[in-house]
Amino acid sequence: MTVLFGIFLLTLMVITALAIVHTRHLFVAVILTGIFSLLMAANFFLLDAADVALTEAAIGAGISTVLFLGALALTGEHERASTSSRLLALSVVAVTTLIVIYATFDKPRFGDPLAPVHQHVSPWYLEKTSEAIDIPNVVTAVLASFRGYDTLGEVFVVFTAGIGVLFLFGARPPQNPGSPGKITAKPGQGLRHYLIPRIVGRLLIPFILLFGLYVQFHGDYGPGGGFQAGAIIAAAVILYALLEGEAQALRVMPHKLLIVLMAGGALLYGGVGVASLMLGGNFLDYSVLAADPVVGQHRGILLIEAGVGITVTGVLLSVFHAFASRGKN
Amino acid sequence: MAVLLDIASWALLSIGGAFVFIGGVGALRMPNLYTRIHAASLTDTMGAVLVIVGVMLQAGVSLAAIKLAAILLFLLLTSPTASNALASAALLAGLRPGDTVATHEEQSE
Repeated sequence: MTVLFGIFLLTLMVITALAIVHTRHLFVAVILTGIFSLLMAANFFLLDAADVALTEAAIGAGISTVLFLGALALTGEHERASTSSRLLALSVVAVTTLIVIYATFDKPRFGDPLAPVHQHVSPWYLEKTSEAIDIPNVVTAVLASFRGYDTLGEVFVVFTAGIGVLFLFGARPPQNPGSPGKITAKPGQGLRHYLIPRIVGRLLIPFILLFGLYVQFHGDYGPGGGFQAGAIIAAAVILYALLEGEAQALRVMPHKLLIVLMAGGALLYGGVGVASLMLGGNFLDYSVLAADPVVGQHRGILLIEAGVGITVTGVLLSVFHAFASRGKN
Repeated sequence: MAVLLDIASWALLSIGGAFVFIGGVGALRMPNLYTRIHAASLTDTMGAVLVIVGVMLQAGVSLAAIKLAAILLFLLLTSPTASNALASAALLAGLRPGDTVATHEEQSE
């Protein structure tokens, strides 16, 4: 049954991907990209990868779509007709597809317990999580503790991406940027003139924030963690910005605060590593953070997940504001 | 009792599925945007409500049922708002409810 659902979802994804390539209307393409991510999230969930599914749904289907729409408001809705040869592109894609299909013949069957991925370090992680870290969610244990270096790298990638966007958009916009697309209301005012979404949004934003905190701190026990929580909290603030206007959102969370969040989260993560060095352990070895190594692991994971969440929130909001403020003047 | 619950949940899931199907057909077949929104909103109000209540009956009295109830409440608040916002945006963009605009052609040009 799982295989059947998987094939169904993957077929839908192929159809969506073809539609994205086919359409010339960029707005349609953005919405289709959101659908693609949602299908991917369902597929991840089917494969029991609930953590990844949550991330994909929050970032891929949610925030990326909003950021793409923000970018579209700055450019235009129609793709320019391509002048380069399509034959070359088509042949490259065809050859790559054939190679990938050929490679799948060597893959183990779906769910095969003898697959190489289940023979390598996975059994060791599953065995050691309960005795060394003692949290139910092995994914969080692997992400935050066993492979803490990788996650530190990811946080710095997110941080660097945020800095890059701020550099690109932080430059003074040209004085006369032309018409910024069709905007029906006064720009910067959000949806103040329109009551129904405002009231429903106001009702929901506290609960979205609360859910974000739940995902953040429940990551040890169920699917969740800093990346997902950061995306959810950023989504709540973006919703606020869409409803009440960007200026109001900046009054709540000013640029300076966002930059402090961006850097502070990464700093917190690195600081936990340095603290464990100072206490006589290895870099990012949380066992030395408390008298009992298991409690130390819990503390370390809590702190670095908080760092991840803070950085992701700061970066996503900075990127959103960079796009939104660019269109205004 | 368990059999009764199963039958009730089966009926709810089937009717909910039927609403989702009708909504899908309507979204494809209706002549203009507003009627299509009307059809599509059927999917995420009646369809979603019936399916979730059907699944809640399967879950019994548990944490899963409470989570499903929370999702149901969230959907009941957001889906009609989304439909309303979509229709309102179309009206602001100048699309009159009487017009039969073939949006398919716009997409496939």
